Amino acid sequence: MDQFIFAAEVVLNGLMTGVMYALVALGFVLIFKASGVFNYAQGVLALFAALTLVGIQNGQVPFAHLINAALGTQLHHFGWTVPSVMAIALTALVMVGLAFLIEKLVLQHLVGQEPIILFMATIGLAYFLEGLGDVMWGADIKTLDVGLPQGISDSIETMTDAWFGYGFFIDRLDIWATVIAALLVAALVAFAQYTKQGRAMRAVADDHQAALSVGISLRFIWVMVWSIAGFVALVAGIMWGTKSGVQFSLSLIALKALPVLMLGGFTSIPGAIVGGLIIGVGEKLFEFTVGPMVGGATENWFAYVLALLFLVFRPQGLFGERIIERV
Amino acid sequence: MNQMSTEGYVTADGRQIGGVLMEMKNITLRFGGVVAIKDISFDIRQGEIRAIIGPNGAGKSSMLNVISGFYHPQEGEVWFKGYRRGPMKPYQVARLGIARTFQNIALFDGMSVLDNIMTGRLNRMKAGFLSQALWWGAAEREENENREAVEKIIDFLEIQNIRKTPVGRLPYGLKKRVELARALAAEPQLLLLDEPMAGMNVEEKEDMSRFILSVNDEFGTTICLIEHDMGVVMDLSDRVVVMDYGKKIGDGTPAEVRANQEVIDAYLGVAHD
Repeated sequence: MDQFIFAAEVVLNGLMTGVMYALVALGFVLIFKASGVFNYAQGVLALFAALTLVGIQNGQVPFAHLINAALGTQLHHFGWTVPSVMAIALTALVMVGLAFLIEKLVLQHLVGQEPIILFMATIGLAYFLEGLGDVMWGADIKTLDVGLPQGISDSIETMTDAWFGYGFFIDRLDIWATVIAALLVAALVAFAQYTKQGRAMRAVADDHQAALSVGISLRFIWVMVWSIAGFVALVAGIMWGTKSGVQFSLSLIALKALPVLMLGGFTSIPGAIVGGLIIGVGEKLFEFTVGPMVGGATENWFAYVLALLFLVFRPQGLFGERIIERV
Repeated sequence: MNQMSTEGYVTADGRQIGGVLMEMKNITLRFGGVVAIKDISFDIRQGEIRAIIGPNGAGKSSMLNVISGFYHPQEGEVWFKGYRRGPMKPYQVARLGIARTFQNIALFDGMSVLDNIMTGRLNRMKAGFLSQALWWGAAEREENENREAVEKIIDFLEIQNIRKTPVGRLPYGLKKRVELARALAAEPQLLLLDEPMAGMNVEEKEDMSRFILSVNDEFGTTICLIEHDMGVVMDLSDRVVVMDYGKKIGDGTPAEVRANQEVIDAYLGVAHD
């Protein structure tokens, strides 16, 4: 019985981690659906958003090192702090500006190119943004606190203790992350299905020429989609940043989003969620059951092996659009 | 066509055609060293069915792409509703009230027939962003109005039974019809059809001809079409422009064009006997 309850806790914690994976995967799916681009920079986008948020919040001077080196000044901080809500709003604005620049400087020049070329462009973008984040805000690890509750939830522990005679350890941040992710997904689905812009977005994803012919501006849709992806990245950045600090390894989380996408399918929003949850729970359970037999640390590779199996047996993922070849 | 005044004319079957809706003046379009269209002028009048014909590579599709903003001519002027049009993007042209279909069909394969046709009305939707997402007042009324208009077109083109089918699964002939429906949903003032009957069997061609005629008749839509099938063109259109190697070699009623020796030589082939 104890074992069973412990397993239940593992599953629960896995679900919470899965939500985090899903958040990053969601950004990938959005851009892939709307422009057919696999955006390698999505993870870095989350990092950049988190860095900018911390920077604005703490009143850091952007490009401080550069300015100081060039002018011999000693600028580091403006000497003020910005309230969380305002800092988040400002960061969201920065992400929209970034989307605009990406469209203007990169995508516009690559219209009609092969997907692989666009993919390569996003790899370049990823490294550029990582460097930009470094130069703008510095490479030191920062703590991010926007007022989200953290730490083990006492009430859940006592509650479960009373029910099962076993207190579940659940991080309050994880609970909040789940709620926020659910709201975000609901908002995105409503947007894509029921709004004019959402319909236009789906149209652009399907056929550029046809979209143009019904009066849709590709530029507008791309800026919009990258803005939304930037916003999703911001949410993911806040969650991961709060959980484990804002550091450059944050961009590596994006790699975990890959197996999530292979499971869920590159074109499905629900797929990203379910894929994230399966990977989250799967790797925790695997570590719990098989891990001790093989010396542990299975969490590092479990997701990728699962993705590999999917690639072999169901390449379109669980929810991806079926690959139909008309002959 | 000398007898034609600027106030329009009356067709052989007694329909009143209005003034000039669109005018192309001395259009020249080059791709590098290749001249696709060479100094062509013609007009399209309110309410008429205008055809552009010519052998393969004559520059017909290029001309349609100039009208719809996909290509921009190096020389010449494009006039629409009495105003000279600057170099516009295709989506801006669409917003002016010019809808089109494509030779190779450009539909949204992943969406249902209904959703495809609804995209034709995107530019008619004005409701605010939040209102749409939350399905409030203005958005709901607007969606209903648009749905109603779309349902009418669906009835009109007799595609009720495939409303919910993803377009990717439809056979070729029906796809062409859905594309026409999407263009009609925008309630365009000028409808451009790029080979609406290409690749169709006789029955499908007859259906399509019937639809084109009734669109023109019932909605009063001005239509400019490109077509290969000479029989169809002569039956459908009020006036015909004939192109060959990027040049205009004939312009007039089907009867006039048929009698034009240059056209006969270039397009219909020099007689064998």
